[in-house]
Amino acid sequence: MSVRRLAPQELQPESFAFTAENQAWAEKTIAKYPPGRQASAVIPLLMRAQEQAGGWLSEPAMRLVGDMLGMAPIRVYEVATFYTQFQLLPVGKRAHIQVCGTTPCMVRGAGDLINVCKRRIHEEPFHLSKSGDLSWEEVECAGTCVNAPMIQVWRDVYEDLTPEDLENILDAFERGETPKTGPQNGRRSSEPVTGLRVLTEASLYDGSMVGKGEGLAAALAAIAAAKAAAEAPAAEPAAAAAPPAPPKNDPAPAKPPVAEAVKAQGSADATGQAKPGADKPNGVKPS
Amino acid sequence: MLADKDRIFTNIYGYHDWGLQGALKRGSWDGTKTILEAGRDWIIDQMKASGLRGRGGAGFPTGLKWSFMPKKSDGRPHYLVVNADESEPGTCKDREIMRHDPHHLVEGCLIAGFAMGAHAAYIYVRGEFITEREHLQAAVDQAYEARLIGKDNVHGWDFDIVVHHGAGAYICGEETALIESLEGKKGQPRLKPPFPANVGLYGCPTTVNNVESIAVAPTILRRGPAWFSSIGRPNNVGTKLFGISGHVNTPCVVEEAMGIPFKELIEKHGGGVRGGWDNLLAIIPGGASCPVIPAEDCAELIMDFDGCRAAKSTLGTAGVLVMDKNTDIIRAIARISYFFKHESCGQCTPCREGTGWMWRVMDRMAQGRAQKREIDLLLQVTTQVEGHTICALGDAAAWPIQGLIRHFRPEIEKRIDQYSANPHSDPVPVAAE
Repeated sequence: MSVRRLAPQELQPESFAFTAENQAWAEKTIAKYPPGRQASAVIPLLMRAQEQAGGWLSEPAMRLVGDMLGMAPIRVYEVATFYTQFQLLPVGKRAHIQVCGTTPCMVRGAGDLINVCKRRIHEEPFHLSKSGDLSWEEVECAGTCVNAPMIQVWRDVYEDLTPEDLENILDAFERGETPKTGPQNGRRSSEPVTGLRVLTEASLYDGSMVGKGEGLAAALAAIAAAKAAAEAPAAEPAAAAAPPAPPKNDPAPAKPPVAEAVKAQGSADATGQAKPGADKPNGVKPS
Repeated sequence: MLADKDRIFTNIYGYHDWGLQGALKRGSWDGTKTILEAGRDWIIDQMKASGLRGRGGAGFPTGLKWSFMPKKSDGRPHYLVVNADESEPGTCKDREIMRHDPHHLVEGCLIAGFAMGAHAAYIYVRGEFITEREHLQAAVDQAYEARLIGKDNVHGWDFDIVVHHGAGAYICGEETALIESLEGKKGQPRLKPPFPANVGLYGCPTTVNNVESIAVAPTILRRGPAWFSSIGRPNNVGTKLFGISGHVNTPCVVEEAMGIPFKELIEKHGGGVRGGWDNLLAIIPGGASCPVIPAEDCAELIMDFDGCRAAKSTLGTAGVLVMDKNTDIIRAIARISYFFKHESCGQCTPCREGTGWMWRVMDRMAQGRAQKREIDLLLQVTTQVEGHTICALGDAAAWPIQGLIRHFRPEIEKRIDQYSANPHSDPVPVAAE
């Protein structure tokens, strides 16, 4: 956990209101969730409020979102302070540099990027540069590990960086430009920088993969079997209730699937086993 | 090496059109109606027969998980929730699916939703993935437009997909924390039972699946479980997206067969270890929570669930972090400890206090500013955090440290000796955060 508090009173604006465009977007977003569950929209709405306010979230904005969603202010404060993408202090006007510093980026040189930020922006994270245009922070894994090291600025990522690349990117932001996003070493996304080693076969892309699946043939057979069973004389109710015969190429065929499924269901309902076992023993986040 | 025709994600690098037209040409949405017509039980049986194990880290059989949903609705709606909160350090595979091959996921949602009696799916994308979210939303919109999903669609099963997002909390990748977050609360995991299959999102039966698990389902059903289960070793079958990061010459994401030898994976796709194979120090095979595997165990390492377990680690999400001999391994693991300290939700005391404590000790050990007896103390504390928390984050914080001490204790001791051999002034005590 980290300690996160709202900005001091003197930094808070008097009020906050969505623009007409964002208001309409917000109403549409709230309507995506079932009636009475509008609180689900709290993160998207807060995020939009943050974007509109230049990259940070003020207390009046939280209050407004709470009013729109029928949430007590404290519930919105809880959310805003829990999720670290919400900036609770003003950030640089032109760019807030988020450097990933977690191990995969660290071993590829994220420390050098952080040093550039310290030298060019401010010794401390979350402080504005002299001009007020830039600020920076070290974030936890941003999920582009094969393109390490990386930074994220607003909605874009800049990947495969060297300290020189970062200097150029900062220069561009200071000039008020938006630098080229994505990998900076010439590759397109997450393929090897030396070029494609796989997915080079043309037949994957000319439509010849369509309509060939053996599984589809099995599905058609299963449908036909079910239909035949349904049309069979009523004297064989067991056959009618049975699921379609498994296809020939099924490696684990000929089990009575309904009984199996009912059994699994029963034990799941009775003891609720199985899933804790799945999560606990190897404990990797089921992401 | 896996043949191109056996790869499921054929646009993983985004060289082709990720939209509906491109996806149709690559075989998405082919015969979906036939698959649905074959029935719910047929789909679940096929998924069980395919041997697919969840791709989010825990490796729970996907077909079995689907079968836990109540057969008949008791009046409450059923929900499918897709976990796209990919935040495990070293893991960046779902990102490529969402931004470059999103129709696999959209079609998978429909099929999985149908198989569990759900008329709605929520896809929870991590907040940092903005382009990814927009591509996915565009794919969903295209599917609505083409009446592949939505009310009265061509498949005859009303189905809505909502693309939702988080705001930077690793813990929301835990399924019950994700559900809490989706309900508009802090992402703090729930006590289980009740399990989500009985009481999940909005109190209704819910199944939470990883993006990759859902996205591979349509292709498995189209090509048949026999095809999928013929790849890899028993109990570890299929293809898998691997991420190769760290000290390799060409870091990349690649879809490969489960059970590929680690060395082959690194040499063929990663372009080899920086400075040659002999320069390898250690790897973390599947995301930050997996214990490190030292170089001597890597030569024979098989990249699947059982192979990594034999090396006293786990496959996790198959995001491999390679570290060469220039790496300060103690500092690298200390940074992982900081990550878990930062991401602890604060609900359970052993984790909230323990992750911070472990990080502070690890930080001192990385400098060498520690006593050798503290190594055993640290090991003991990890076992007191592990297994004593509601969710697995406590375990995930403990394992990397246990792995470090298991394989690199002499390194820690050497660092302590080096530090104490030189004169230092007493450090200024700093209060815990």
